[in-house]
Parts: sequence; structure tokens; C-alpha cells
Amino acid sequence: MNLLQDNFPTFMQGFGYTLLSSIIALVGSMILGTVFAIMQILPQNWVRTIGNVYVQVFRNIPLLIITFFFFLVVANYVKISGFTSGTIALTLYTSAFIAETVRAGILSIDGGQMEGARANGLSFWQAMRHIILPQAFRVALPSLGNQFINLVKNSSVLAFVGGLDLMYQGNMIAANTFDTFLTYIIVAVFYLVITLPLSYYVKHLEIKLKHAA
Amino acid sequence: MSMIEFNNVEKYYGNFHALKNINLQIDEGETVVLIGPSGSGKSTLIRTVNGLEEIQEGNLLVNGFDLHDPKTDMNRIRKNVGMVFQHFNLYSNKTTLENVMLAPRLVLKRDEAENKKIAMELLEKVGLADKAANMPSELSGGQKQRAAIARSLAMQPKALLFDEPTSALDPEMIGDVLDVMRDIAKDSSMTMLVVTHEMSFAKAVADRVIFMADGHILEDSSTKEFFEKPKEPRAQKFLSQVEQH
Repeated sequence: MNLLQDNFPTFMQGFGYTLLSSIIALVGSMILGTVFAIMQILPQNWVRTIGNVYVQVFRNIPLLIITFFFFLVVANYVKISGFTSGTIALTLYTSAFIAETVRAGILSIDGGQMEGARANGLSFWQAMRHIILPQAFRVALPSLGNQFINLVKNSSVLAFVGGLDLMYQGNMIAANTFDTFLTYIIVAVFYLVITLPLSYYVKHLEIKLKHAA
Repeated sequence: MSMIEFNNVEKYYGNFHALKNINLQIDEGETVVLIGPSGSGKSTLIRTVNGLEEIQEGNLLVNGFDLHDPKTDMNRIRKNVGMVFQHFNLYSNKTTLENVMLAPRLVLKRDEAENKKIAMELLEKVGLADKAANMPSELSGGQKQRAAIARSLAMQPKALLFDEPTSALDPEMIGDVLDVMRDIAKDSSMTMLVVTHEMSFAKAVADRVIFMADGHILEDSSTKEFFEKPKEPRAQKFLSQVEQH
């Protein structure tokens, strides 16, 4: 356990960056994913097409390539660090999956809900915000939980672009100490420190919302 | 003054001609019942009145606004025209009280205390004051429909549309819903258009009966006239079939 003690500040720094990147990407991809989910169900053809193209592009390209695109191409024009490149890529990549999940959630809600709301005088957006989306998120919650957990694990892509995250620091420590086995065990445990409470929390939300319905 | 006015209205679903040359005038305060065999276009007609279905030709004036005019603000029409559905369409994620309070809060910006007072009075009126805190899933069919009526009334509309409000209900639930509708019809300023198969309700409450078949309005008569001596053979046949039951 000397390995952990000796490198504790480094592990913690990596842990902090992984946590930060995950939180930013989670919030960002929820917002973007919801926007693109709604775009895909609007009546206007051109809006739907944009939504569709976005989802297909970011869902079907490896995350690593998107990350390299920001780190190697975009970074030539705008000054962004590896951490920023990786976090943007992670946000866009995850948002495409969240868009699909939320879209499926919206489509699962009975059409009578929107009709009732519109007939009651609510605008499309008011109906979306107060009636459709809350129900759609509840339906989508189990799959959203999966996406969140994948997101945390996928944040390890930051290691490829010097993102200072847990995986990156783990690589450094492993290279310096030659104790690869123990280093990566510790790295894995640190990931679990984020993902296990996260999955537990999503489960808890599911149960809570089931009783509220 | 006419509240709802159809002038040569045509409605198509693709190639299917759902409403054929509809001419109809409903005055403010009138209670009109729309009957006819299934597939005759009754529901389609009533759903055009608040823009849930678009018309393709003719013009349709509701509260003085032309629904076929793209400049007409549908949300403004819907503020004044409530609708009660066959399957209630209550907000599943809101309590009964919130179902009634939501639209007045968001659309009319009604003061919260007043909103709650009005909502509770309406729930009282439809006999659901004790269900205010319950979710729709905890209500029976008849209770859901009465809650939906209270939700429509909370907007203080000029007209109410009822699209087969009792068709999805168990027989013993129908009476309570019809009683509430009868009460509303007594209010002389409320315009009501009701699609229903409840002939006794039509006889007791309607000022006029419209009979539809195959997308046409075949008969438009006073209630007494319609039930005593219907002019159209199809209406006569329909009545004899319905009244056997």
C-alpha cells in the first residue's frame, strides 16, 4: 500500500479531473441530448434532419477519434487543453446516446398527454416542459443511468490527450514505479468510487419516482 | 352571435375525404349534440374546432377568429375553447388539483391563491374535493372524467367540446359525468358541442341535434323535431337501432 501513500496526491489529482470532466460532460450531454431529442420529433423537416445527422455522426464515430479531432484539429485554431478537448468530445459523444434515450422516452408517452395539454391552452413548449419531458425522463431513467456510468468510464479517453485524469495519472505512476498491476487496481477502485454511488443513486431515483407516479 | 361557424369546410386525411362540405352555425350559449354512426366524422369535426385537426378548405370561425388563417394564434383560441376527451388525457405526472391549476397558472398567469381557490371550488362542484391530492392513476374512470371537466372549466372558456366523454366509462360511472355536464349546460353563457351516444342526455339537454354520416351533416334539427320525426331515412334507421338498446 506504499504505492497508494507515495502517490496519493497524484491519484487524487487524477480523481479530481475525472470527476470534474464527468460532471461537466454529464450536465452538458443531458442538455444537448434533450435538445437534439426534441429536434428529432418536431414537425419541421429541416430541424429533424439536423437532429438526425448530429445523432448519427456522434453516435457512430469512436469517441477517441472525436477527442483527437478536438485535440489535434480544433486546437490548431482555438487554444484548448487536452482536458477541454476530451471533455467536449465526451459531452458530444454521450449527448448523441442521451438524445436517442430521451427521444424513445418522449415517444413512449401517450399522445393524449400532448393533446390534452394543447387543448387545455398550453403551448407546445409548455406542454413539453411540464408534462411530456418529466414523464419521458422517468421512463428513460434506467437507460440514462447506464449512459452516465458509461460516461464516467469513457472519460478515461482523456488519458490519450494529456487530460490529467485518473487514467492519465495511473499511466504515469505505472511507468514510474513499474508496478502496473497494483497501480491499475487502485485506478479501478477510484473509478468505482464514482460509478457505484452513481448507479446506486439512479436506482434510488427510479424507486422514488415509481412511487410518485 | 355565433360562437362556432363552419362555411363549406372540407377535411381530408390523405385521400380519405373525412368532412364533406360542412356548413354549421352554433350560437353562443347553445348546447348542440352531434350523433351518428362510427366513422361518420363526428370526432373529426369536433377536433377541428380547437385546431387539433386542420381543415383543408372553407373557413371555420371560432369566437370570431378564422382557424384556417395561418396568422390565427391557436393558443389564443384554445384559451376560450376547452375540450374533454374520451380517454380523459389527464396529466399523469400531476395531482388532480395540479391538473386543474396548471393551465390557468401558465397560460392565464392567474394569481396562485386565487387559482387554488377556483380549482378547489371546481373540484367541489364535480364531487372530487377529497381527491385533490391524488394522482390520476388513483382515480376511477368516472372520477378522471370529472377531473378533466374541472380542468377545462378552470380556464373559464366560452365553449366546451366533449368528444365521447362517456364512451370509455363503466356503465355505473356514466351518470355522474352526465350530471356534471347537465349542470354546465344550465349555464346559459356556455356553448357546448357534444359528441355522444347517450340519447337520453341528448333529449334532456340539447337545444339542437346534428346527425352525421359519411362525412356529411345529414340533419340539423331542434332536439324535439329530431327525436319525434327525423327527416332523413339514415337518421331514422340510426335512431331505431340505438333505441332498441
